[in-house]
Amino acid sequence: MLSKFIFLYCALVIVITGILAVRFRNPVHSVLAVLVLFFHMAGLYLLLNAEFLAAIQIIVYAGAILVLYLFVLFLVNIRQEIKTERFVANHNISKFISFLVFLILIAVTQSFRLGTPGKWTTDAIRQATHTKALGIEIFTSYILPFEIIALILLVAVVGGILLAKQDKQEVVMAQKEGSGSLTRGGKK
Amino acid sequence: MNTFSPFTLSSLSFLGPELVLLSVGILLIVVDLFFENRLLLPWLTAAGTLVSLVLLFNSPSGIVFGYMYVVDAYSVFFKMVCLVGVLFTVLLSERYLTTEKLRHGEYYSLLVFSTVGMMAMVSGGDLIVVYLGLELMALSVYCLVGLLKQDSRSNEASLKYFLMGAFSTGLLLYGISLIYGLTGTTDLSMLSQRVVSLDLINNHAFLVGLGLVLVAFCFKVAAAPFHMWAPDVYEGAPSSITAFMAVAPKAAAFAVLGRVLIMGFADVHIHWGPIIAFLAVLTMAIGNIAAIAQKSLKRMLAYSSIAHAGYALLGILAGNNEGLSATMNYLFIYAFMNMGAFAILILLCDNKRRGEQLDDYRGLAKTNPLVAALMLVFLFSLVGLPPTAGFIGKFYLLVAAIHAGYIVTVVAAMIFSVISAYYYLRVVRYMYFENAVQETAAVSISPGMTAALVLAMIGMIGMATFPGPILSFAGKSLIGF
Repeated sequence: MLSKFIFLYCALVIVITGILAVRFRNPVHSVLAVLVLFFHMAGLYLLLNAEFLAAIQIIVYAGAILVLYLFVLFLVNIRQEIKTERFVANHNISKFISFLVFLILIAVTQSFRLGTPGKWTTDAIRQATHTKALGIEIFTSYILPFEIIALILLVAVVGGILLAKQDKQEVVMAQKEGSGSLTRGGKK
Repeated sequence: MNTFSPFTLSSLSFLGPELVLLSVGILLIVVDLFFENRLLLPWLTAAGTLVSLVLLFNSPSGIVFGYMYVVDAYSVFFKMVCLVGVLFTVLLSERYLTTEKLRHGEYYSLLVFSTVGMMAMVSGGDLIVVYLGLELMALSVYCLVGLLKQDSRSNEASLKYFLMGAFSTGLLLYGISLIYGLTGTTDLSMLSQRVVSLDLINNHAFLVGLGLVLVAFCFKVAAAPFHMWAPDVYEGAPSSITAFMAVAPKAAAFAVLGRVLIMGFADVHIHWGPIIAFLAVLTMAIGNIAAIAQKSLKRMLAYSSIAHAGYALLGILAGNNEGLSATMNYLFIYAFMNMGAFAILILLCDNKRRGEQLDDYRGLAKTNPLVAALMLVFLFSLVGLPPTAGFIGKFYLLVAAIHAGYIVTVVAAMIFSVISAYYYLRVVRYMYFENAVQETAAVSISPGMTAALVLAMIGMIGMATFPGPILSFAGKSLIGF
């Protein structure tokens, strides 16, 4: 009963802060909303007996990644909001469809049955300790996905630098204009 | 069946083609840093792709990493399609990048990394590997689409593709998590057993999970109504990347669709068959009808690519090996004809004109008879007129759908095929029966471009005259599937 209550509390806060993070106009506020979201996510992990993941969630996401986000926000000079037109002009239909999908997703949870559990039950993990269980799985069964993730990170770094770096030609143009502003996407 | 499968060096021999491409991708970044000669890069990539292609047919087949990675003839076929797509793209990019003043180094390595992602997707025997392969592929393509930093259309395309892609990934993951919760496994072969043993065929939660996975992959193949991003992204991206996106990632997504639906969820065919049939008709309708209204050839080819995804879905909906092999065959032929058409588009792109507008093609037959003749062949093939390769591909698709009993869908496909003739042949009319608006300069041809055009023509003629080998290869790869 208590765990159900805690779950509902965490889930509710996650959804609310998630929406707030998107709705806030000030990016710093958004980041703070996400911070609250991450803490409650860690709460959910605790509820599932995954203490190690909860710790990692707080150290890596809340501790490291969000701080990086804040640094980026300070580095990127957002004096005014970048305003573009909506990609989809009429979004009432989208709202209707999203609401319908939401209802369907809620409705089908009724027919959800838990499948066959694998070999890592809560007790098995407790016996082997969390880090060991996780380590064994990642470096044996899931070694290939692990390596692919490494590659994805490489692509993210290369791609990020490629897109963010100013070309020589671009620098010249920016100097001519007398400002170092980014080229902004807009409607053609 | 969680077999303990420690990582052994011998399992790497199954990954030969992927490892070669991966090394080429990393090498390209380094070479770009230290060598001034920019022409080295495309040819290095092309050589790497060829080596990978050769290795592909000489690698052992089997299931490695504990059911995570399946190297079978099915995956080899799709990897071949993807590698052919990349090879074409590299050959097309050689001159195009200089014209558009794009940076060379990272362009090619991102292209190569994206291919590695596709190969992982195609070979993935586990939903996790499929998902990660998809991410690797998509992330590289997001960057490639936005490379024309000066062009606001390219920026918009990249942002739009990224946002929509992230959203569809969310749907995919939610679907996978539902399926995992219900069955307790992400292994595709285990999944099909569990679906039967746990009696999930009529479970609503399971069907919604399957539906979400379906939506995510329909998004990747740009099937209507999940095609909204495609025209803008295809138009905004650099032309060589547009050609690439229309062929390789699409083929990889179809491979997964085929593997997941026919290998994982064959027993649920009664549920997904009609849905795919509906999507196929809708995709063909939207693709073909919207293409008529386009003034830009590039955008027209984008809509045509949507329409062709609809044709390829015809084979999937049959839900049997005959249909799947027809889809495979069609995707292979499509790679050649679409790359051919884009090669002409890129050939006409120089400092003075973009080669993207239909008006650029007025009177082309008088100024450049050879280029116009080549374009004619590619367009006839895209329509599917006999005796071109496109006709052969479409023919087997329609036959497979008829055998599966989807007569109405096939009739619709025929009608939309006829409609498509209008906008493809309009280009032909512009080229042959109208006079050039302005005096067009002679096209400058480059070695890469020549190679791409020759390759496309050889492919087209080969497939039109001897369609047997590829068809039987596709059919054979499905035995014991």
